Amino acid sequence: MKTFFGSDRHTVVAPSHRRRLLAPAVVAVVALGMSGCATGSQPDEPAEGPSFETDAEMQGELTIMGFNPDADEIARTRTDVAIEAVEGAEVNVVEGELDVQQFLSSIASGEAPDLIYANRNQLGTFASRNAILPLDTCLEAEGVEVGDFREPAIEQATFNDSLYGLPEFNQVQIVMANDDLLKQEGLTTGDVDGSDWEAVAAANEKLSRSENGGLTVIGFDSKLPEFLPLWAKANGADLISEDGRTAQLDDPKVIEALEFAVGIYEAQGGFGDVKAFRDSADFFGAGNQFASNTLGAMPMEQWYVNILNDVSPEAPMAFTTFKDKEGEPLSYATGSAWAIPSGGSNPAAACRFLAAMTKTDTWMQAAEARASAREEEGKPFTGLFTGNREADEEIRSTYVETSEALTGPWAEAVDASYTANESSFSQPATPADAEFEQAWLDGVNRVLTGEQTPQDSMAAAQEEAQAALDKAWAEWDDSEAGSEG
Amino acid sequence: MENTSVSGPAAGLRARRDRAADTVDFPVRPGQRRARRRHVRNALLFISPWILGFLIFTAWPILYSGYLSLTDYDVLTDPSFIGFDNYEALAADPKVAMALQNTFIFAAMSVPTNIVLSLGLAVLLQRTIRARGFFRTAFYLPNMTPPVAVGVLLLLLFNGHNGLVNDVLEFFGIPGPAWTTDPTWVKPGLVLMSLWTLGASVIILLAALNNVPRDLLDAARVDGAGPVRRFVSVTLPMISSTLFFLVIVNTIAGMQSFTEAYTAYFGAGNDTYSNDAALFYVIYLFRQAFEFLNMGFASAMAWLLFLIIMVITAVQMVVGRRMVFYQGEDGG
Repeated sequence: MKTFFGSDRHTVVAPSHRRRLLAPAVVAVVALGMSGCATGSQPDEPAEGPSFETDAEMQGELTIMGFNPDADEIARTRTDVAIEAVEGAEVNVVEGELDVQQFLSSIASGEAPDLIYANRNQLGTFASRNAILPLDTCLEAEGVEVGDFREPAIEQATFNDSLYGLPEFNQVQIVMANDDLLKQEGLTTGDVDGSDWEAVAAANEKLSRSENGGLTVIGFDSKLPEFLPLWAKANGADLISEDGRTAQLDDPKVIEALEFAVGIYEAQGGFGDVKAFRDSADFFGAGNQFASNTLGAMPMEQWYVNILNDVSPEAPMAFTTFKDKEGEPLSYATGSAWAIPSGGSNPAAACRFLAAMTKTDTWMQAAEARASAREEEGKPFTGLFTGNREADEEIRSTYVETSEALTGPWAEAVDASYTANESSFSQPATPADAEFEQAWLDGVNRVLTGEQTPQDSMAAAQEEAQAALDKAWAEWDDSEAGSEG
Repeated sequence: MENTSVSGPAAGLRARRDRAADTVDFPVRPGQRRARRRHVRNALLFISPWILGFLIFTAWPILYSGYLSLTDYDVLTDPSFIGFDNYEALAADPKVAMALQNTFIFAAMSVPTNIVLSLGLAVLLQRTIRARGFFRTAFYLPNMTPPVAVGVLLLLLFNGHNGLVNDVLEFFGIPGPAWTTDPTWVKPGLVLMSLWTLGASVIILLAALNNVPRDLLDAARVDGAGPVRRFVSVTLPMISSTLFFLVIVNTIAGMQSFTEAYTAYFGAGNDTYSNDAALFYVIYLFRQAFEFLNMGFASAMAWLLFLIIMVITAVQMVVGRRMVFYQGEDGG
């Protein structure tokens, strides 16, 4: 079996050298230290920060990490615009999702990239360690109106009252359902939109089917563990306090939400059966769960509408917004953001690049490219959820509402997605983003695998998450006090 | 140094070593000394690239990780010395104990399974006259598969709904378990998947079997020993040093197991679902280092694992001395 340290079995030493067997063990085990052997010269205290000027001449090299400029026409068009905006600077992109290990190594070795494209839920950790710069002066110099961006996205990129990342894209959830299965059971999307949990549970029982002890149709998929924040919010609870300092994983409303969402699986034979059946599906293909009539309904991010429309346009779909117990639309926003590392050598170009990438005009050019491509394929344009409110609205009125192919359930999907986009919430940035998230995910997973009850598991998760938050915030508070003193 | 008289059939190695040491005491002429010094200097020059590489890329990180284990270090800011706090935190963290337990159980299941099956296949392969080369290649071929692919393959083969393993079990009327979600079956699934790469052990054991002296087997046959007796009393002792080698390297590999379990249960594409039963020690170490940025704590974990492997290996060595037969030490 391959080890983390990369050595295959049987290739370490020759049998005759048995007395030297400890040497490879030493080498292999502690080789990990290599990755941490270089401690860079990152300042412990917040940097003064570079100056950004509106008419700054672009020059030098601009290294970007975590972005794929060739991902699709949206990325390509916007990258072209941004490269033009930083004319004079040479743009180099380290493609692919942001590799935290690579990013940390580059910072530790004093060779930080100039710009990163990260998940918004990573920014608190980076910001609290002064690894990225506050964007206030950058955005002011480039004339970027923060108010144009969606509030939940901005909140997620804000740490200690400063904005550290300029949001891009806003993933939100809507409820997707198989209309044929609903109709067969005399149900509507109102029964599975989350506003009435008893109705969801009843619909789940009606829609779910088994043969010979094996699941053949998943009635309702509550999408645990990832959507616990959504179910908890629908029940009136947040997993973490607004200031990001207090975990609330053992809140009775969180536990109630978890019990309900897990109960949905238990009614179908348990999470193991549902997950195995879900994993066996052709999620991105023509034989997806909706097209193959093997899934009744589930909450899911809006991007999946495009997949479904692409691969199974004839699938019997129905869409609506996910709703809280008051019947109000609700979604849990996630997405990406541009951030400027504090050790970068070309912050001026980085600032102008991120501003250009997220401007309304740039998004409009990208939307035009996407709309044209969809029209050529005879497919509907379902819109872009950019994180920029102004861009979202202009794209909708200019390209989405005029898309002739957008009819039937796909039009419903777009309406539901735009409504969800207006009704989203997010979790605040914390200096222990990853540990906090892992704590609640592990908590949910322990319940799903039957290792612990929801109460016990979330109590343990609470303890773990709070300990991580306390430690990280204490370090931040100390560094703040140090810099003020 | 005094000359030591060496005798006895089991002292071959010691005799050779002592004979080599004895040569030091012979008077050496100045010219010879200079020549020796020149040889030593040349030898050191030739191996200096390796020495430099070892010092920079192995010895220094080893020492440095020892220092980091005594610090609070998040990679992004400078480390601050905190003494043995990380080691105290290790003792207090229930996940460290859980990860260690998972790792021990996995190693305890995978090492014997791997060796017994490898030996069985090697014996079969040795007896196969036709297409032996083909089977040897076929057994080794899975070792070429990238471990990440093996992790993904695990999820496909062991899918509780339509995985190949459960399909086969169902054919025999056995209801297959939820290999990838039921904590009871997660580690057995990983052990079975680890057999995917047992081809290397098979090849090594096949070489050892081919080296068993034919005259010993013939003598045993003449003495009336049957196939089982010949295998137990002749073959096994003669390949015991190879088996011992495999036990040690497989145990070390088992204790450091990472990629397949990480890919299947914690990596991209499965980043929200995780299973505590698959949380091996090195996976937890990786998370602490590169996901939670607790590099000091992770370094302490690395040192603890190093010590554990040292102890296990030392115990294996002690036990091995009583059970392993080395042809060289028997004057052979």
